[in-house]
Amino acid sequence: MTATIGSRMLRKEDPKLLTGEGKYIDDIHAPGELWMGMVRSTMGHATITSIDTSEAMEMPGVHAVYTGEQLQEMGLWIAPLPCAWPVTEDMVNPPHFPVAVGEAKHVGEIVAVVLADSRYGAADAAEKVIVDYDSLPAVGSIEAAVAGDVMAHSDLESNKAFHWPLIPDPEGTEKAFAEAAHTVEARFVQQRLIPAPMEPRGCMAIPSPAGGDITFYSATQVPHILKVMIAATTGIAESKIRVIAPAVGGGFGGKLNVDADAILSVTLANHLGVPVRWTESRTEAAGSSHQGRGQIQYISAAADADGKITSVKVHLDADMGAYMMLITPGVPLLGSFLYTGVYDIPNLSFTCDGYFTNMTPTDAYRGAGRPEASYAIERIMDMMAHEIGITPEEIRARNYIAGGEAFENYDAASTLVFDSGHYRPAHDRALEMAKVADLRAEQARRRDAGEAKQLGIGMCTYVEICGLAPSRALGGLNYGAGGWEHATVRMLPTGKVEVVSGSTPHGQGHETAWSQIIADKMGVDPNDVEVLHSDTAKSPLGLDTYGSRSLAVGGVAIAMAADKVIEKAKLIAAHQFEAAPEDVEFEAGSFSVAGTPSKSVHIQELGFAAFAAHDLPDGMEPNLQEQVSFDPPNFAFPFGTHVAVVEIDTGTGGVELIDYVAVDDCGTQVNPLIVEGQVHGGIVQGAAQALFEVANYDEDANITNPSFMDYLVPSAAEMPSIQLDSTVTPSTSNPLGVKGVGEAGTIGSAAAVINAICDGLSPYGVTDMEMPATPQRVWQAINNSNGGAA
Amino acid sequence: MIPAAFDYTVAESADHAIQLLGEYGDEAKLLAGGHSLIPMMKYRLATPTQLIDVGRLDDLSYIRRENGHIAIGAMTKHAQLETSDVLAADCPMLQHVAALVGDPSVRHRGTLGGTLAHSDPASDLPAAVLALGGTIVAQGPNGTREIASSEFFTGYFESVLAEDEMIVEVKVPAGSAGWNYQKFNRRAQDWAIVGVAVADGGSGISLVNMGSTPIRATAAEEALAGGASIADAAALAAQDTDPPEDLNADGEYRAHLARVLTQRALEAANG
Ligand SMILES: Cc1cc2nc3c(=O)[nH]c(=O)nc-3n(C[C@H](O)[C@H](O)[C@H](O)COP(=O)(O)OP(=O)(O)OC[C@H]3O[C@@H](n4cnc5c(N)ncnc54)[C@H](O)[C@@H]3O)c2cc1C
Repeated sequence: MTATIGSRMLRKEDPKLLTGEGKYIDDIHAPGELWMGMVRSTMGHATITSIDTSEAMEMPGVHAVYTGEQLQEMGLWIAPLPCAWPVTEDMVNPPHFPVAVGEAKHVGEIVAVVLADSRYGAADAAEKVIVDYDSLPAVGSIEAAVAGDVMAHSDLESNKAFHWPLIPDPEGTEKAFAEAAHTVEARFVQQRLIPAPMEPRGCMAIPSPAGGDITFYSATQVPHILKVMIAATTGIAESKIRVIAPAVGGGFGGKLNVDADAILSVTLANHLGVPVRWTESRTEAAGSSHQGRGQIQYISAAADADGKITSVKVHLDADMGAYMMLITPGVPLLGSFLYTGVYDIPNLSFTCDGYFTNMTPTDAYRGAGRPEASYAIERIMDMMAHEIGITPEEIRARNYIAGGEAFENYDAASTLVFDSGHYRPAHDRALEMAKVADLRAEQARRRDAGEAKQLGIGMCTYVEICGLAPSRALGGLNYGAGGWEHATVRMLPTGKVEVVSGSTPHGQGHETAWSQIIADKMGVDPNDVEVLHSDTAKSPLGLDTYGSRSLAVGGVAIAMAADKVIEKAKLIAAHQFEAAPEDVEFEAGSFSVAGTPSKSVHIQELGFAAFAAHDLPDGMEPNLQEQVSFDPPNFAFPFGTHVAVVEIDTGTGGVELIDYVAVDDCGTQVNPLIVEGQVHGGIVQGAAQALFEVANYDEDANITNPSFMDYLVPSAAEMPSIQLDSTVTPSTSNPLGVKGVGEAGTIGSAAAVINAICDGLSPYGVTDMEMPATPQRVWQAINNSNGGAA
Repeated sequence: MIPAAFDYTVAESADHAIQLLGEYGDEAKLLAGGHSLIPMMKYRLATPTQLIDVGRLDDLSYIRRENGHIAIGAMTKHAQLETSDVLAADCPMLQHVAALVGDPSVRHRGTLGGTLAHSDPASDLPAAVLALGGTIVAQGPNGTREIASSEFFTGYFESVLAEDEMIVEVKVPAGSAGWNYQKFNRRAQDWAIVGVAVADGGSGISLVNMGSTPIRATAAEEALAGGASIADAAALAAQDTDPPEDLNADGEYRAHLARVLTQRALEAANG
């Protein structure tokens, strides 16, 4: 049986990756390559008083050392590093050049670059560059940025970069609060996170010996965007730039940027006529790659006497870091539309102030704004349940859109229209799978017995926005690009199918999923499908991979292009059958005339006919090749219910996640195996925020835990065996009915875990727990308890 | 993550290694499993210009019964301790503790001699050897000497070992009476935030990560010997300690953990 949409096909890309045959950026070499060694600021904020490169220049294998000032004089670029999302007209966006000139604004900012003929030589020489700093007061927290006693940029008068409101109905919101029977409010901290993909970032620019062309290899999620942005930043014509993303070992948003290293390698390679490369080291990444989250959320909710939420009010203070990167200011706003969650809440008021600090810039990280929003609404729902004296299950049931029944085209208070949803089945199934009734009994028993290990049960019912994005919607948000995706499908003369994908995988399994879509549509073996991607020479048009968009936009484009190929092939078949096209049927890859199934031709046989063009219908162009740029009419809104069960050691404060249930609905599933993999990883990443991870800065804006010894990425040993199930509510935003699942796990899990911890600690009067819920924090909460047993 | 340049010599014997140590002086470092030394070199916290590899000295890899004690070669890997029948029978605590060090790849590289010489107060096996009252055998240019574990550790990453001395053997008393080890950490592969080793029903109690060296919880030991209850003795576990402060724990919390874990360890050891 051939794999089709819905089959659990094993990933085509895995044999190569699992046997070490995958070529990552660090596996690729060019003769004569030079390595960049970055000299990075060791100060959060300082004036650079002098840079002495003489000793470094003397080191073996060193070709050049450049300071920021020298590079600026060389005129290698025509614009600073780009920010594509100026969220307001008056957003403050200080110029951000690849190498600092005069003032260093975060630890890890590049202050000089060494070029040497080996990586080790570059690192040794970088250590010999002597930089003198005069330290300046630094902004090491959002609170300090808001207080404004110290400026992150000495030449700015305020740390505030923008103010962005989304208040569709101000009076409605105020009225709801004025008339509320219950109100709750909270302040949540979304700590900074380090994306930490398995493969660090890296790049290599290879100039062609003649003609001025540059081939740029990059461990990136966004080769197409990079190509446009490199052209816009360096002034090198787009037609001369080819960007290739080789095998890419994860990104999580961390490889969705136009970083200093990219511009430096391209421009220095172009300038010197030799390949120039760089590979990030793990500790370097804390300052060389953007971070995620970094928000303080103030949220309040109003409810009527029946526990129906009538309004939600949110203010964010968002940490931009030292500079605006590609979409830095837009990230917190992506969440703005989700602060009413899966609930029928008529009023939403959202404001966000973006602030500069002297920390590594923030930008997209798995979920980008949406996990933060989901966390805040799901925590406040539990707080409201507590306030009213009903269970978390009950408050959700009372507030679901359409009462938990199936719906389409729901007008949310945010002004977005939710494509489709059906929330109650996932809720019921998740509670059943987690055996919540039994857990409550066990929890009561342990509480009565005063046992050291207490149970906590938490749930989260999330919705997210996927399928980024309708181009007009992005225009409305002042985003500097569209949200379409491009695909080409070719039936080759040999009957093999070549698919060109504009969306670019970095671990998701596009080759498999796209092959399944083609197999399903065209009735061919998925192994007869070759997917070309991640190379702007092979795939000139595309907008890449982020925001759970690949399938819901790019995959749909592939299906639509396949339909067009089938349509054309049908005309050829009809011509061969001497029948009217209306009488030709297409079934499992074969065309036949209705009523005479004995006469049939397989679509793969028509590849040659279209190529040879010996006998095509009059006026038909040769070849079977069709292209589609799909611009989705709306976003897609996947949803689900997650249940987390924790065991809390009240003696030590240690928290163990002992069970996790997720029932997700991402619409039609092309490959459930891939869906499950995405959900697993996402859940662990969200649970990691809840329990383990934080990029910790001191008040001088030094990161204190840049290595994997202190930045605690959890391993399988810290996670329970996750139980999954799904419901299927097709999207109405695209013909495949697909929604997207790349970020879902992350969006549901942090809130579920913290809700579980707060539930477990409720006898101690604990109502909130800052992330990550470290053992010390949990122990202190128990210790400060006013109720409790121990 | 990129170490400074260094030269590398494979030692042919302990004698050869000691001779090289004498020649190179403080430029040199012995390399055993490399799982503490190489990370420090990658961060350039250590920049030896000469590495003397003793990790291949198979004649220093053994676990055997000798009269009343167990002798363990310095190059014995944690994984070998973990799977040793001799330890299972005659020193189950050491076997158990070895199995809790890092992750499998760490345990297949790291050595008992290396972890003792490294003298990290956060490490597991040094505290276990200390609770057991073990002895460290060091060889220098003038022969070998035996050092009581209670005399061995002098400060953060510091011991009484001389620059030209090498640990060749570790001796622990045979015995399987009332032991327990409590390791509290956040991820399975991590060092202990606090750990407690109890040997011989409580006559040896040592603490991990509660000071600049692995230390004995003397006040608790003495209280117990004087007939105090487990709870009362455990309440003294953090007495006279000066615990480090880091992202995982401040001093007060570490002291609390030391008390809770000591109580649990004593209860389990005597249960
Ligand atoms: C990811 C990771 C997790 C870890 N987790 C833990 C943990 O949970 N608990 C724990 O206790 N440890 C842990 N470790 C440390 C591990 O146990 C090390 O292997 C051990 O501490 C050092 O042993 P080694 O043989 O690797 O020594 P090396 O790294 O080779 O050497 C360490 C030091 O001792 C010196 N040295 C080595 N052998 C001798 C000798 N015979 N005589 C004199 N000096 C010598 C070296 O010169 C060096 O200064 C972890 C390590 C890693 C990388």
